[in-house]
Amino acid sequence: MATRNKLWANIDWITFFVFLLLALLGWINIYAAVYDDSHKSILDISQRYGKQMLWILAALVIGFAILIIESNFYVFFAWAFYGLTIFLLILVLFVGVEINGSKSWFIIGDFQIQPSEFAKFSTSLAVAKLMSGYNFRFGSPAGLLRVGVVILLPALLILLQPDTGSAIVFASFLLVLYREGLSGVVLFFAALTVVLFLLSLLVPNYLLLVILFLGALAAHYILNQRFRMVYMALGITSGMVLLVALADRITGAGLDPEVIVLGGMIPALAWFLFWISRHRIKRTMVIILVFVSSVAFTYSVDFVFNEILEKHHRDRINELLGIQSDPLGAGYNVNQSKIAIGSGGFLGKGFLRGTQTKYNFVPEQSTDFIFCTVGEEWGFAGSAVVIFLFIFLFIRLIILAERQRSAFSRIYGYSVAIILFFHFMVNIGMTIGLMPVIGIPLPFFSYGGSSLWAFTVLLFIFLRLDASRLDKLV
Amino acid sequence: MAAFSDRKTLITGIFVVVGIIFLLRLFQLQVADSTYKRFADNNALRKVVQYPARGLIYDRNHELLVYNKAAYDLLVIPRETGRFDTLAFAAMLDVPADLFTAELKKASAYSRYKPSVIVKQISHEKYASIQEQLYKMKGFYIQSRTLREYPRRIAAHALGYVGEVTQAMIDSNAYYQSGDYIGISGIEAAYEEELRGEKGVKYYMVDVHNRIQGSYLEGEMDTIARIGRNLTTTIDYRLQEYAEKLMQNKRGSVVAIEPSTGEVLALVNAPSYDPNLLVGRARGRNYSLLLSDPVKPLFNRALMAQYPPGSTFKMAQALVALEEGAITPQTRFHCAGGYSSGSFRVACHHNQSFEVVESIARSCNAYYVYAFRAILENPRYASIREAYDAWREYMLKFGFGRTLGSDLKNELKGMVPTSDYYQRYVFGTARWRALPIISLSIGQGELGITPFQLANYCAMLANRGYYYIPHIVREIEGREIPEKFRVRQESGISRSYFEPVIEGMEQVMTAGTGARSAIPGIAVCGKTGTAQNPHGADHSVFMAFAPRENPRIAVSVYVENGIWGATYAAPISSLVIEKYLNDTISSQRLWLEESMLKANLMNPSVIPVNDGDEE
Repeated sequence: MATRNKLWANIDWITFFVFLLLALLGWINIYAAVYDDSHKSILDISQRYGKQMLWILAALVIGFAILIIESNFYVFFAWAFYGLTIFLLILVLFVGVEINGSKSWFIIGDFQIQPSEFAKFSTSLAVAKLMSGYNFRFGSPAGLLRVGVVILLPALLILLQPDTGSAIVFASFLLVLYREGLSGVVLFFAALTVVLFLLSLLVPNYLLLVILFLGALAAHYILNQRFRMVYMALGITSGMVLLVALADRITGAGLDPEVIVLGGMIPALAWFLFWISRHRIKRTMVIILVFVSSVAFTYSVDFVFNEILEKHHRDRINELLGIQSDPLGAGYNVNQSKIAIGSGGFLGKGFLRGTQTKYNFVPEQSTDFIFCTVGEEWGFAGSAVVIFLFIFLFIRLIILAERQRSAFSRIYGYSVAIILFFHFMVNIGMTIGLMPVIGIPLPFFSYGGSSLWAFTVLLFIFLRLDASRLDKLV
Repeated sequence: MAAFSDRKTLITGIFVVVGIIFLLRLFQLQVADSTYKRFADNNALRKVVQYPARGLIYDRNHELLVYNKAAYDLLVIPRETGRFDTLAFAAMLDVPADLFTAELKKASAYSRYKPSVIVKQISHEKYASIQEQLYKMKGFYIQSRTLREYPRRIAAHALGYVGEVTQAMIDSNAYYQSGDYIGISGIEAAYEEELRGEKGVKYYMVDVHNRIQGSYLEGEMDTIARIGRNLTTTIDYRLQEYAEKLMQNKRGSVVAIEPSTGEVLALVNAPSYDPNLLVGRARGRNYSLLLSDPVKPLFNRALMAQYPPGSTFKMAQALVALEEGAITPQTRFHCAGGYSSGSFRVACHHNQSFEVVESIARSCNAYYVYAFRAILENPRYASIREAYDAWREYMLKFGFGRTLGSDLKNELKGMVPTSDYYQRYVFGTARWRALPIISLSIGQGELGITPFQLANYCAMLANRGYYYIPHIVREIEGREIPEKFRVRQESGISRSYFEPVIEGMEQVMTAGTGARSAIPGIAVCGKTGTAQNPHGADHSVFMAFAPRENPRIAVSVYVENGIWGATYAAPISSLVIEKYLNDTISSQRLWLEESMLKANLMNPSVIPVNDGDEE
């Protein structure tokens, strides 16, 4: 009994109450979003708000059940959970029910469940288990490969459903790995990839080449602190480019600016490589390699974008970047969402007084676009409170994770914080037009039993691990 | 792994930076930039339901029976109303102020977001005069509706009426919303889907001053109202009007059918009412007045009153007996002033023997008792019960004891008892015998036949063995009438057996009980009857078709408390037939028309005494 008592005392109640507050705020906003005059009671279980209440109650029961189980259970059975999830993700491809074009759901009677929601916590457990093992080292390619497989396997299975939004969530683990010692270079390249991807869609290729080139020079200066080489490279390359441009003008060939820039750069580059090979400057070598692969990546983006992504993905990205504007078509959701949030003003229109989130201007009001209701009815003040609550929760989770004595608990804690953060970032970013439309829920807020329970399980396992942080965990 | 614990700073930093970016963006959207507020103002939607005009209803010769007149409903969305002078507004609308405030309260209680109708059916003239003022009233809207108008004031029961949907209808059919109109009876109900059309919805963007800024999404989400389809009924309005006049001051019904198609030419109920009473704001009050009227003007006697058919049933018995081989056309039965068996006695008034033809012409009860015994005791069947079941099958084929499947609502089945019924209530454990049920043979006992069924039976006789399901709509604009109305319904009786029966019916008119109602120059085949009435004087029944060859009209007439078929029902039938076939009443029959128009059977004290002895 002694440990039991200690359990309740050791639970981080702050996190628990933030969780509860977010769930209740979500419930109130779902009520406002789907408010129906003929069913005024927020407890009316024929309506979404009534159902969400049942699901919150069920989530509390689930949370309680998780807390009273010994924390070692989650450590011991981490692989079992993971294995079961993989099995379900394979099974759903065969016997799942297709909703909105994705085979993501099991339907048993009246009950619907989405295994991909639960893959988040089981993969977190598996990653924590794998990386907290004594013989695990990031340095070894084998170690990286094992983590990579554990993370990518569920992501790929979810991609097959296809549910791109849920699959992208697994990118969160990159930050978890970074915390555990993954080289910052990987993170740097990941960020570079995203930036290049966006730039290659936004600016013409020749301009991007120039930007990359200048970037490479800047990197070179920062690393070597030698101006002479920067001047030299700048002079030689621009000279070459100018020469090609001049030749183009004289012959009147009318070459593409991209060809002119490349035509100048390639000989300059060849000369650099030759020069460096004689002087054996390793850092410069790396920079040139990064530069060349960046250029190659830039050219592959067009291919990936046009050949691999599907049209609605392309539309969403183009809308986000302002390349295309179709407020009644692909951009409709985001446009209406921005109008709803923007019309809220500083203090909002007041509870149930929203006009944009009624009348179905905003689609998916109670699920993916639930933040619109917050923005419209509670204004900037209310939105800020919700943002603060979430950021507070994430930082709190990092603090909790850092105070763990076992690597398992810490890694799991980071996974929880970062997965929740990723949802937060993508979901709210989408509603305010900073992210492309990716249909993933806002944790604890969005309507839906499957996602609420999955987030509850995710969070409460960590609360349970944290409660026994003083015990020796395996 | 404490080695990398400084990396928590970068991760926390990312969290904070994203949080700050979001806050800045939200500040930009919600506070700094007012574009979105403007968008939202223009984004306020007003959903305006477009009510299509209900289809028009014509008679068979394209004379208008029902059309629409414009009316306007005043709607309120309580949330959108500002402060306003209730008294002045009520005065402008011509509505008592207290009623108006009560309606406003009711609307708020129902919903603050959804529109409620607070003043219904404002006339076109009134609307024109207040239109100028209305735009100032925030939260109030006008919705145009249509009301029914009946220029000829006839055929109230056949046409039916339109009323507001009840909550139960809204719950069971998603199409309807509170305040919608729906056909409640008659053609209006039967052809509701065709007549109503499809409601449309227009979404308008309105600004904060509630002014329409244009259509929403360029009308992409609008649905266009489709006006109702016009119906051409089978009713001949002149015949209907004439028959209604003949039936004035009487209780009963007239049903006329065109035998070659099953089209209902007239469907008269008496007493009736002016269909215009059940329209508009006065509908509710008038409805309860009509409902409490002791002469039951709302009661659709033609379809729902069930009477024993009396002697009109005899042709059916003759036909079954002939078809079953129980008698031949030459079989004679002797009438000794009736039929007696032990203490059992059916009264009649002849003292001679008859063949089929004369038995009908003279309406001999005794003949039919013998004939019915012959049917029931037919050696073809192992038992009387089996023979009875076979007989009942014929009755069902003739359209008795079941609904005919017409397009008129409220058709009742009537009653032709099953053998189980007799087993339970008459014979019990005893052996089946013919005598206890023998009164069926002369259309009495446990029988209930509606005037509609009787007219259909008459059409079946006219066609010599088949009928078309009677129906009241012959054309739906742009659509076929149901196929079932074009399919011959067979009686199961050989055509040859009809000739003696029809000969008997013609003799009814030339030398028999209907002679007084003979029409010079038209070979009418008819049959009188008396429907027993346990509550008072018997009912006068008559059915007839004409002309004998290629009949064009079959009629059934019931006149309640009119006692003998020959007294009221037969003259009225003959006048209806003459009117339909000749368009005018011949001069030597004007006295008959006159006496029928004058006859008043509404006052029980002047009901004629039962002094005749025929039928």
